[in-house]
Amino acid sequence: MTVGVAEPLVSLRGIGKSFANGVAALENFDLDLRDGEFLTLLGPSGCGKSTALRLIAGLATPSAGVIDWRDSAAAHNIGFVFQEATLLPWADVFANVYLPLRLAGKTREAAAPLVRETLALVGLADYETALPRQLSGGMKMRVAIARALVTRPRLLLMDEPFAALDEVTRFRLGDDLLAMKQRLDTTIVFVTHSIYESVYLSTRILALSARGGATVDAIDIDAAIARDEEFRTSSEFAQYCRRASAALRCAYGEELR
Amino acid sequence: MSGARAKKTPLLRDAILPLVVLACALAAWEAAVYFWDIPSYVLPAPSLIAATLVKDRAILFASLIVTLRTALEALALATIGGVALALLISRSRLMERALMPFAIVLQVTPIIAIAPLLLVYLAPAEAVLVCAFLVAFFPILANTSLGLASVDRSLVELFDLYRASPWQKLVLLRAPAALPQFFAGLRIGGGLALIGAIAAELAAGAAGQGAGLAFRISEAGYRLDIPRMFAALALVSLAGIVIYAGLTALSRLALVRWHESARGLED
Repeated sequence: MTVGVAEPLVSLRGIGKSFANGVAALENFDLDLRDGEFLTLLGPSGCGKSTALRLIAGLATPSAGVIDWRDSAAAHNIGFVFQEATLLPWADVFANVYLPLRLAGKTREAAAPLVRETLALVGLADYETALPRQLSGGMKMRVAIARALVTRPRLLLMDEPFAALDEVTRFRLGDDLLAMKQRLDTTIVFVTHSIYESVYLSTRILALSARGGATVDAIDIDAAIARDEEFRTSSEFAQYCRRASAALRCAYGEELR
Repeated sequence: MSGARAKKTPLLRDAILPLVVLACALAAWEAAVYFWDIPSYVLPAPSLIAATLVKDRAILFASLIVTLRTALEALALATIGGVALALLISRSRLMERALMPFAIVLQVTPIIAIAPLLLVYLAPAEAVLVCAFLVAFFPILANTSLGLASVDRSLVELFDLYRASPWQKLVLLRAPAALPQFFAGLRIGGGLALIGAIAAELAAGAAGQGAGLAFRISEAGYRLDIPRMFAALALVSLAGIVIYAGLTALSRLALVRWHESARGLED
């Protein structure tokens, strides 16, 4: 082990995943996830981004390759945010956030402080008794994020969570997500189509090719940069976006210019 | 003020309007019988039907209770059986393949054709109950199965992610998710239970046995007591309305907090 470079939280080596219909979503896919990073998987639809997330979460098993966890406890405490909020429509906000703890056998009383703290973290402290249908799209997504964070996972996986939201809501949720990440010291893997979102949020971007999920480009973004409006309008931001954009075009099969 | 008025308008339209139409139709019927001097054995006037209901109330309402009770007992049994079988089928594909064809055969065979056979083997009251059960069973089974099978995939994955036990998945996810379809099946089953009971009672009535409303209808038919036939028919309708309204209220009560189907009037 090299001194100064931490062992990855999880390593994917030579991962292949093909479905029953013969489609290969991933071929020989490698990934080292660093502890504490915000990694974005950027790529065209069907490039295997979501499949990679589902494999890391254990929701699917790879057809080939190995997934190696440094710490098996982390493998069993993962938060997952889907593209839709996927809340239980009959349960109120509190019950939705309490769900993972309930499934783990915690009583409502024992879980209540943690649930309330997490709701406050996502800015929904006053909405405990609201039902999902009474919430806006952005608020539903906040509930979904609270549900994913209530177990205080080491790793949070997010599959295009903001795709269905308007831009202002996306910006606000992005900023809040970064604040939560810092507060809870969570490692995040984020899947998106949006170049701007990926550059603004991430410390590393992997651009994946349309077929098989081969890495087209890996872009490191200095974690020390403060993520705020100033960054969003800086020339640095524009440069990162240009590079990510070129990588994405390449991922679609065009020449890298 | 304006809120109260806005609330009052749909009530006016939904409850009073049909009643006015009904009153007009009855008045026209009454007038037609009077105007053309139609004999009561051809078409009795509504007033005569009402008078018959009062005159024969002891026998007719006793029959109403018999029919209503049979239909509700059959519905209760069909609910228990339908939900139990739906749960069993949802647990394994093999069960579905093994059992579903029999449920479908029972569903597609008209109950009126099965009733005479059941009357050979069972006492009339039991045969009527079994017929009503058989027709109510399938819609409850089919709808509950559909509800249990059509849970949001992402929610199932979420439960998988947190290693939920099959029991937790059933109680916290699949059962509540299946409630809207279950209640749709229950409402259909309720109407069919009454039809099944009436069909079996008619078959029993042909054999000169029975105590329910349909038996009273065929009995009165043999005697050409047309006003009593109409009176019994009115009570059959009443039984149907009671069952439908009761189940609709139950469904609304269970779903109104969250499901669109039960919220139509509120928004």
